[in-house]
Amino acid sequence: MLEIRNLHAVVEGEELEILKGVNLTVNKGEIHAIMGPNGSGKSTLSKVVSGHPEYEVTEGTILFEGEDITEMDADERAHLGLFLAFQYPVEVPGITNKTLLREAYNTIARANEREELDPLEFEDYLVSKLEIIEMKDEFLNRSINTGFSGGEKKKNEIFQMAVLNPRLSFLDETDSGLDIDALKLVSDGVNKIASPENAIVMITHYQRLLNYIKPDFVHVMLDGKIVKSGDISLAVELEANGYDQMQKELA
Amino acid sequence: MSEETKALESMIGEEYKYGFTTDVEYEDFPKGISEDIIRELSSIKEEPEWMLEFRLKSYRAWLEMEEPEWFNATYTKPDFENLLYYSAPKKRPSLDSLDDVDPNIRETYEKLGIPLEEQKMLAGVAIDAVFDSVSVFTSFKEKLAEAGVIFCSISEAIKEHPELVKKYMGSVIPARDNFYAALNSAVFSDGSFCYIPKNTACPMELSTYFRINNMESGQFERTLIIAEEGASVSYLEGCTAPMYDENQLHAAVVELIALDHADIKYSTIQNWYSGDENGKGGIYNFVTKRGICKGDHSKISWTQLETGSAVTLKYPSVILQGDHSIGEFYSVAVTTKKQQADTGTKMIHLGKNTRSTIISKGISAGESNNSYRGEVRIGKKATGSKNYSVCDSMLIGQSCGAHTFPYISSENASSSVEHEATTSRVGEEQIFYLMQRGISEQDAISMIINGFVKDVLKELPLEFAVEANKLLDIKLEGSVG
Repeated sequence: MLEIRNLHAVVEGEELEILKGVNLTVNKGEIHAIMGPNGSGKSTLSKVVSGHPEYEVTEGTILFEGEDITEMDADERAHLGLFLAFQYPVEVPGITNKTLLREAYNTIARANEREELDPLEFEDYLVSKLEIIEMKDEFLNRSINTGFSGGEKKKNEIFQMAVLNPRLSFLDETDSGLDIDALKLVSDGVNKIASPENAIVMITHYQRLLNYIKPDFVHVMLDGKIVKSGDISLAVELEANGYDQMQKELA
Repeated sequence: MSEETKALESMIGEEYKYGFTTDVEYEDFPKGISEDIIRELSSIKEEPEWMLEFRLKSYRAWLEMEEPEWFNATYTKPDFENLLYYSAPKKRPSLDSLDDVDPNIRETYEKLGIPLEEQKMLAGVAIDAVFDSVSVFTSFKEKLAEAGVIFCSISEAIKEHPELVKKYMGSVIPARDNFYAALNSAVFSDGSFCYIPKNTACPMELSTYFRINNMESGQFERTLIIAEEGASVSYLEGCTAPMYDENQLHAAVVELIALDHADIKYSTIQNWYSGDENGKGGIYNFVTKRGICKGDHSKISWTQLETGSAVTLKYPSVILQGDHSIGEFYSVAVTTKKQQADTGTKMIHLGKNTRSTIISKGISAGESNNSYRGEVRIGKKATGSKNYSVCDSMLIGQSCGAHTFPYISSENASSSVEHEATTSRVGEEQIFYLMQRGISEQDAISMIINGFVKDVLKELPLEFAVEANKLLDIKLEGSVG
């Protein structure tokens, strides 16, 4: 589904490389976790894959379903089924969640020559997704992330993911800032959305998220590269010894 | 400059749709201003003696005044000796029927999307069309007369309803109020007059459409709206002008008077030509607008969408004299290219338990400069009064400016004033967030802007809200908003 080959990237206009040759393959039905310390490039990886204009790819390619998307605009990548749950969801005052989601849903449907939903049909569809994340419907009529608590913003990201039903989702530190109840709720939501037809890449500092969402693969990212891959035991090892230890071992 | 910003900037470069000129034969005065010109103006309009006196007194006052310079804008001052103070299309019989209106002028209004034929108009909207210096047509006059509402050009009102004009003109904005108000009081050529009698809700929206066509003429219009006890009215003005390389002056005076329990809602969609990307040409929009809530429980509400003009200096204000009276100001000011806007409001609380609300949204793009200037004054006797102000600015790109100048004073302890201000940049983060959800860049920008101005646009009469949204989209297309 996703194949990243030797990906190098910089902040546009700057020289310092943030990604220094990332390789990663994600197949349908898989859940991956990418772990790493602050500044290792893991959030950047999710932004570069989803087409953030702040970054420039200087080398390497990103293939999605066999198609080279390295130079594609963010909206076109979204049309192909790529989703990013933001680490810091953005506030857009004056536009409701519902308006955004209907616009997004129908734009993606149009791009894929699927049928659009009229406002009434969409309302029903939306309400059917609320339970995934135990969201109240008043949420739908609030401005996008405006005045939301940190936890509500993260829940809202997963709700949007449920509604847009992407093929591949990057969850960028979705667990950060969540208390234990909210973490459980969000994780349950992600588990309900996960299916053999889609794939998920979680980016996190902590192993605790992996207690709730079981990854098939765990990757460790250090200094702009994936340095080690394995299964869940890798996460357990990291939790016990820390990133420093691993860095030393690798050196 | 990033790709996003460039896209935004290019969106701003959208062509001005209303920039055409109409070929009409004019009846012009010689250029310049003098007592003789004013006498001639007054006589051609067949005005009574008191009106001429009002003009001459104003002119003499103006001669002694200095052109103000305190605002946050720089421009070449108008050359008052080189302006045309009166410019009217020649064929001008009595305007009893639409057939009397010059076909070229009718066509102009058609092109502007304002057909003057009543059957073609928006249902429920009466229009007074002002072309350069004169009112060319007023629709639905008879229907309004049935309700006792007087809606006509100010020239006609001076002749037909002198007692009302004499009583109220200059009562809210005296000629000496400021430099441009004095000039307007001396040379105003036309404008609209509305009178809503006691306990009458005006049966339709009233509107005036101002068009500047002649390259060298200034437009000095005068509007007077009076709502008697228990009366209510909603009034809207729209403005466009052709594209010329020279700056043109528009210096209007608008006075509103609301008596006990009266309610006046005044909305503006201002889309004068704003000059080209190098700042050449465009309208100077120097306007004095003020309403007085004279009666208890009266209400005056200003709503404005300001997108045009090279330079705008405008502060629609409310004097809250009656107890329990309410003043409101809702504004969206958009500047692009090299436009400069210094706009805001004054809320002067004099009566007890008076309330005012100010919601101002400024959007700046290109190399423009957008300032909010607002004054809230609560007098000693205005006990129990409240003001709430929100003043938000949005910046698009890196070369524009947004400024906020609030002036607040309260002379009694039982009143409260709340002021909130924010500045945000249409961030790449916001655009990226929406694009990541599959929405195109243009739509993302349009959504962000519409969200930003929603609180204000919802105050516009329904018939015009759609038009306002379209105007915003066109204005900011490629730029933002």
